[in-house]
Amino acid sequence: MLHIVACIKQVPDTKIIKMNPKTNTMDRRTAPAILNPYDAHAVEEAVRLRERYGGKVSVVTMGPPPAVKAIKKCIEIGADEGYLITDRRFAGADTLATSYAVTKAIEKISKENPVDLIICGKMTIDGDTGQVGPGIARRLDIPPLTSVNKVVEINQTERTIVVHRKLEDGYEVVQSTLPCLLSVEKTVNEVPYAPFPNMLKAARYKPHVWSVDDLDDVDIKQLGLKGSPTIVSKVWAPPKPQGGEMLEGNPQQQVEQLLSVLLDKKELFQSKEGV
Amino acid sequence: MSEKFDCIVVGAGPAGISCAYELAKGGANVLLLERGEYPGSKNVMGGVLYRKMMEDIIPEFYKEAPLERPVVEQRFMMMDKESAVTFGYKGMEWSKEPYNNFTVLRAKFDQWFADKAVEQGAVLVNETVVLECIVENGKVVGVRTDRPNGDVYADVVVLADGVNSLLAQSLGFHKEYKPDEVALATMEVLKLDKKIIEDRFNLEENQGCTIELFGDATKGILGTGFLYTNKDSLSIGVGTLLSGLIKHKIKPYELLEYVKNHPMIRPYIQGSEPQEYLAHLIPEGGFKSMGKIVGDGVIVIGDASQLVNAIHREGSNLAMTSGRMAAETILLAKEAGDFSESMLDLYRTRLMSGFVGQDMQKYKDATHHFDKFPHYFDEYIPMLNKAASQMFTVDGSSKWDKQKKIWKDIGSGKDKMKLARDMYRAWKVIK
Repeated sequence: MLHIVACIKQVPDTKIIKMNPKTNTMDRRTAPAILNPYDAHAVEEAVRLRERYGGKVSVVTMGPPPAVKAIKKCIEIGADEGYLITDRRFAGADTLATSYAVTKAIEKISKENPVDLIICGKMTIDGDTGQVGPGIARRLDIPPLTSVNKVVEINQTERTIVVHRKLEDGYEVVQSTLPCLLSVEKTVNEVPYAPFPNMLKAARYKPHVWSVDDLDDVDIKQLGLKGSPTIVSKVWAPPKPQGGEMLEGNPQQQVEQLLSVLLDKKELFQSKEGV
Repeated sequence: MSEKFDCIVVGAGPAGISCAYELAKGGANVLLLERGEYPGSKNVMGGVLYRKMMEDIIPEFYKEAPLERPVVEQRFMMMDKESAVTFGYKGMEWSKEPYNNFTVLRAKFDQWFADKAVEQGAVLVNETVVLECIVENGKVVGVRTDRPNGDVYADVVVLADGVNSLLAQSLGFHKEYKPDEVALATMEVLKLDKKIIEDRFNLEENQGCTIELFGDATKGILGTGFLYTNKDSLSIGVGTLLSGLIKHKIKPYELLEYVKNHPMIRPYIQGSEPQEYLAHLIPEGGFKSMGKIVGDGVIVIGDASQLVNAIHREGSNLAMTSGRMAAETILLAKEAGDFSESMLDLYRTRLMSGFVGQDMQKYKDATHHFDKFPHYFDEYIPMLNKAASQMFTVDGSSKWDKQKKIWKDIGSGKDKMKLARDMYRAWKVIK
């Protein structure tokens, strides 16, 4: 039986969120928590593969207790089971510590039901790193296939998978052995409006909730802030884009104005070294 | 076949949540459907929650519910363009348990209340729109949602889908409401420092004030404005009959801007920052606009059944009580295994003989009367202001002279008769 695990995260909606102008950090109270949009595509792809090949879809996430809501969203999309690992000792984790903790959760899930395929979203919209997926693959010592925008087929007897990886000028077709890890682009699928029976299932669903103590062979030093070598030295909000400038007058005058504006931007015409 | 519930409640507002809560508590298998992202996300109310009717459902809810401030003072402002006659009551008995009423922000409160219903065992599904009732042999047997495989069945469907209740309308229970049967309310939540609020409104911590605005707040159109204190924000709004807005060609947001800039109001809200903007219809047709509220396998509650007492700005409490009574009836019907109209009609009789029905009947002519005679708002309130100004301005003339002048200002003998007649009429419709 094909067992697919999708890794997801609950994130603040960065389209709405406001920055604290004093500390330059995100004011999380100003934005609702949502399922990371890329992860919805990861779950949807897992569900589609289950529909094609049979099997089971589990989702796993690390986060505070309200992250249960994000898991329920995945049940709406069609996932079968959800696992939340939550513990104060996980707090403050960077991508290194996060991938360690999530790997431990996947190992635990694997003990009961071996995992054939892991699917992650391309990245989270609050961190934008895209590192956790490959980090999990490295720790589990399985191939990471990033930038996937199509899963062509899975061969369960040969234990192989064929995917398209997005490139700048097209795509490449890659075959990998199973188990492996995919991180998918948004273009991999469209997440449809969830059918009503899924909504009912999600409304009633209670995810598995694990603390550090429920996981096996955990090195506490590799968790949370302690296990996070990343140092944020400075955070700043990007400068607000400036509005355009309107040129007025008849076409002749406008062209003249435009020329003088362009000529003022001297750096456009200076050749740089190596260019 | 899709799953079948004992009851489906459409709409997670105060009526729907109350109903689902009581049903689940009574052991029924109940599905609560909400179109918004979460309960409260689409719900609007000026912000006064009445303690008694809420306590009928969850005793001592104020110990844990997300409330803003217990109301210790209620003020009423009769406004003219640059003046106001104000009266009110403030009492410390309202500042302690069990309190009288509270200001609330619906987005927070409804979520909490819905969670309580879920704790009792109700199944809550959000982001799902009910398109129509499924009717078989003249009996409502379920609802059709906008989702794939979206049909779901139940012994009883409770329509708590709010003011327009397209579902009750499609069952033929009521006609589309006319502009003089609904009010349009617009409001803003204005962020303001807690300390500033307490200073400006003369409050201590965990005390709140409500101010109802009459007269010039609505530019003389039938309706009221309000200014309520939350923890660290103010709710300000204005609601008028839709017909009045149409007649005076005023856009609702213009009216709200006007109130916000009124010299009697501006100092209260100065320096605040708009946080939310909301607008909603309020059913104000009263008793005479109420349609059918019970059918085979279906009950209508809350705003969907026009249960609003416009004169006393009460609505959520009527909604909650109707929800609770619907649930009690459905539990009895479940026991009897009978979901026919004649069985469910017990809800209507209980509702109409209780305070909800009594108040609806008491004020059955009120909205229509004040709508028909707009001079209460555009003539008499300014007259009252002028009289107060006249009386309290110290200018050397005797008080007798002042009274004579006020009396003369009312107009001719005919005008005085008209005033007396109007006062009597107003008394009659609300007595």
